[in-house]
Amino acid sequence: MTTHLRHAPHRGDSHTPGLVTREAHGGLRGYIVGYVLAVMLTVAAFSVARSTNMAPFSVEAGLAVLAIAQMLVHLIFFLHINTAPAQKINVIAFATTMLIILIVVVGSMWIMGHLNHNMVPMDHLMQMQR
Amino acid sequence: MSSNVASLDIPVEGSDEQLSSRQHITGFGFYIYLLSDGILFAALFAVFAVLRTATDGGPDGHMLFSAHNAFIETACLLTSSFTCGIAMLACDRRNKFVALIGFLVTAALGLTFLALEVHEFADLISRGDGPDRSAFLSSFFTLVSTHGLHVTCGLLWLGVLLVQFLGRGFTPAMVRRFLCFSLFWHVLDVVWIGVFTFVYLVGGYL
Repeated sequence: MTTHLRHAPHRGDSHTPGLVTREAHGGLRGYIVGYVLAVMLTVAAFSVARSTNMAPFSVEAGLAVLAIAQMLVHLIFFLHINTAPAQKINVIAFATTMLIILIVVVGSMWIMGHLNHNMVPMDHLMQMQR
Repeated sequence: MSSNVASLDIPVEGSDEQLSSRQHITGFGFYIYLLSDGILFAALFAVFAVLRTATDGGPDGHMLFSAHNAFIETACLLTSSFTCGIAMLACDRRNKFVALIGFLVTAALGLTFLALEVHEFADLISRGDGPDRSAFLSSFFTLVSTHGLHVTCGLLWLGVLLVQFLGRGFTPAMVRRFLCFSLFWHVLDVVWIGVFTFVYLVGGYL
């Protein structure tokens, strides 16, 4: 029993099991690398948005790519999501959530875009009512 | 994520198996909550994307949003996420002083963020561009203030945790609560990346 309890958390224990794994995922260095990457991506996003000599579409696409990159940086360096076997169920839950988010966002924009396109313009509608 | 959660406030005399299973349940449960929160925000982002151009002749994002303000807000929240991580590392090493300073800086930066956001909202409403002006502004206020409400709740949570921490020190339950809080805080920062990119930069650019 005592050997079992060696890994059990108790008051004053300096190495709680879950936290040791956290350390293995990078510790201070991981947070600093993540922070520097995030700052760089943020500054890049704001300077891309400010640039006037780019086509609007390429600005939007560039901003979207930078945002996704920064989200990944946060997930990997701050939230410590990785592909370790112990995290399999977490990754599956995460992937399912991403699928739902994709369906909600892309689906909404697609459907509403079509509705907008097929709708009679408002001023035209007013004239028809007269 | 479940493997990251430290420990639970159940008696030490519980069997190893019990400890381990409850540890996983808490961690996984909180993780699922955070993912569901992500879906909530995704729905609000979809609403904003659809209503972005529905300004009803009123001001659009280009006229309203200042990238300068959004940049300071982003810097505050990003740095607070970093100091929260530093405080968690101090929790690992049972360094009470550094943990306390880290969480206090996190709270101060969170409050600065919130003050900037409230100031921006007050400014918009006083100019007559409140949520009642157009569908675009309704969706803007819903999305950004839902995030702000999360930050407010996070700050209240952190305040309660710090008071408990001063009284109790590093009990297993405290470390577990701090871990859940830090996950919550990092996820709020991930959501803010979406807000500043798609609301302030893409919305402000058009």
